[in-house]
Amino acid sequence: MSFYDELSSLPREQLKLSLYSIGPKEVESALVSSEGSLSSLMALLSPAAEPYIEQMAVRAKEITRRRFGTNIGMYLPLYLSNLCANECDYCGFSMSNKLKRKSLTSDELKQEISIIKRQGFDSILLVSGEHETKVGIDYFASMLPLVKKQFSYVAMEVQPLREDEYKHLVNLGLDAVMLYQETYNPTTYQEHHTRGNKQDYRYRVDSPERIARAGVDKIGLGVLLGLDDWRFDALMLGYHLHYLERHFWRCRYSLSLPRLRPCTGGITPKMPLTDKGLVQLICAFRLFNQQLEISLSTREPASLRDNLYGLGVTHISAGSSTEPGGYSNPQRQLNQFEISDDRSVSETVSAMVAKGYIPVWKDWQSEWINLS
Amino acid sequence: MLMLADSQFSSRLFTGTGKFSCSKTMVASIEASGSQLVTMAMKRIDLKTASDDILAPLKASGVKLLPNTSGARNAQEAVFVAELSREVLGTSWVKLEIHPDPKYLMPDPIETLKAAKMLCDKGFVVLPYVHADPVLCRHLEEVGCAAVMPLGSPIGSNQGLATQTFLKIIIEQANIPVVVDAGIGAPSHAMQAMEMGASAVLVNTAIASSRDPVAMARCFESAVSAGRDAYLAGLGVTSCYAQQTSPQKPLTAFLES
Ligand code: SF4
Repeated sequence: MSFYDELSSLPREQLKLSLYSIGPKEVESALVSSEGSLSSLMALLSPAAEPYIEQMAVRAKEITRRRFGTNIGMYLPLYLSNLCANECDYCGFSMSNKLKRKSLTSDELKQEISIIKRQGFDSILLVSGEHETKVGIDYFASMLPLVKKQFSYVAMEVQPLREDEYKHLVNLGLDAVMLYQETYNPTTYQEHHTRGNKQDYRYRVDSPERIARAGVDKIGLGVLLGLDDWRFDALMLGYHLHYLERHFWRCRYSLSLPRLRPCTGGITPKMPLTDKGLVQLICAFRLFNQQLEISLSTREPASLRDNLYGLGVTHISAGSSTEPGGYSNPQRQLNQFEISDDRSVSETVSAMVAKGYIPVWKDWQSEWINLS
Repeated sequence: MLMLADSQFSSRLFTGTGKFSCSKTMVASIEASGSQLVTMAMKRIDLKTASDDILAPLKASGVKLLPNTSGARNAQEAVFVAELSREVLGTSWVKLEIHPDPKYLMPDPIETLKAAKMLCDKGFVVLPYVHADPVLCRHLEEVGCAAVMPLGSPIGSNQGLATQTFLKIIIEQANIPVVVDAGIGAPSHAMQAMEMGASAVLVNTAIASSRDPVAMARCFESAVSAGRDAYLAGLGVTSCYAQQTSPQKPLTAFLES
């Protein structure tokens, strides 16, 4: 049974009712032992867990320290293109937005790479809009080898692809794929995705399974927090993660928790997520899954990011640009979203070190992977 | 004195390099532990630039390096890493680690045995990290491993000797040193392993993630030598497990400001 089938057969209304009627007793028992249990995850995500935020943080910190030490993995997004054939009302790259469109040529890409390399990064996240014909598998396949030459770990955040396409990219050195569901509520999903391939809710839900079958090392899941009821979306994400770990045990999993932020032609969140809510979410997932990687982008402000390291966050970006060509030629008109933490890499790192954490630039040696 | 392949060790405590807050603490802790054999992940080493903040201070401290193949998911990858480490670090010693399962980092017995044979044939000094499986340890001994390194409990879990029953069998049967690796979370666990007759223990997380790694390293040193003495004297004691205390300043205080 695919996750889509499992998801479709869940009694959503009943689950939602339970989520909002949980009491302190259930939260307290979830605090003691929650690993791997979906009902404990529900308790920790519930409004009833809010008064327990400090206890959750203490446990989350303990677990994170034991599993990850004081290491924080460093990565950087590299925008390949802002072309997009979809319409997502929360995103600056939406097709109808008047925006200068651009895809990097291989020379421009090399230029971006050399600037990024100078800053010390060895783990890169390639990002593009979703434009099947102009920025599709052929484009990726031609660019990936250039990137792989310079970075040990290469992740991608692009449109969902077919299994054989993922396999092809894995052979070219792709290590990880980030693919966010945005929301697990099909109705809300349809409201916000009004044009293009991304309208296909099911194809997106099915994607992590195709990615896993293609032999990708790490899969990144996420929802856009605020599009719908974030507590419930996070719970569904927990179900998804649980399913994937059960069926694809060779993969690693990572979690991104982007909050809905203003962008060109943006919308306001249906259910805004406060800082406290974000902390609750991070701690709840840490208690649910001790080995889960959690990454935090520069969407979040510096002050908050610096306080979240110990509580479960394991990977961060720093000094990011969210426009194609933005490292060699910053313009700020081609941005996908506004950056909150605009500190330089070295500023971010010194704040991190002052808190007792150490940046890990390299945690992978790609040459010995997939030798067969 | 512990004989491992052609080398002698006066300390029976082996340590690692992961999870320390900085390389200074790492070196100070290793020194305090008295350890003479230190393992480190090849995947962490920056092969392109000569200077490296793990490698350089380690080399300077004079301990014997034990590169490990952590990150490898099958025999082929592990052999590749070992060959790379021999070339780069000039040592044929390798701690063989193959874990295709990223959740619990359980070692893969089939691939480990395959890789161990290939590496022994190529002249490596192989120390395989394995589950506490007595039959597997026999196979590994037959293919020529210098020692076996069965786990006490899942790696990084600090749960102590969950595999005690099987460790006893392995120690009883082995004709090569048995180094208890993974899961040792407190000096008492290390002591217990030594009392049971283990040749040595490998401790990393428990030292590195302690509030005071240097002090904890010293505690492990005493525990390991006391445990060894107790074994030789034929004695045994039970152990206890310490809970972490909660911090004085609330972790979520920043939310109120
Ligand atoms: S979210 Fe992705 S698919 Fe949607 S408009 Fe933005 S870039 Fe295109």
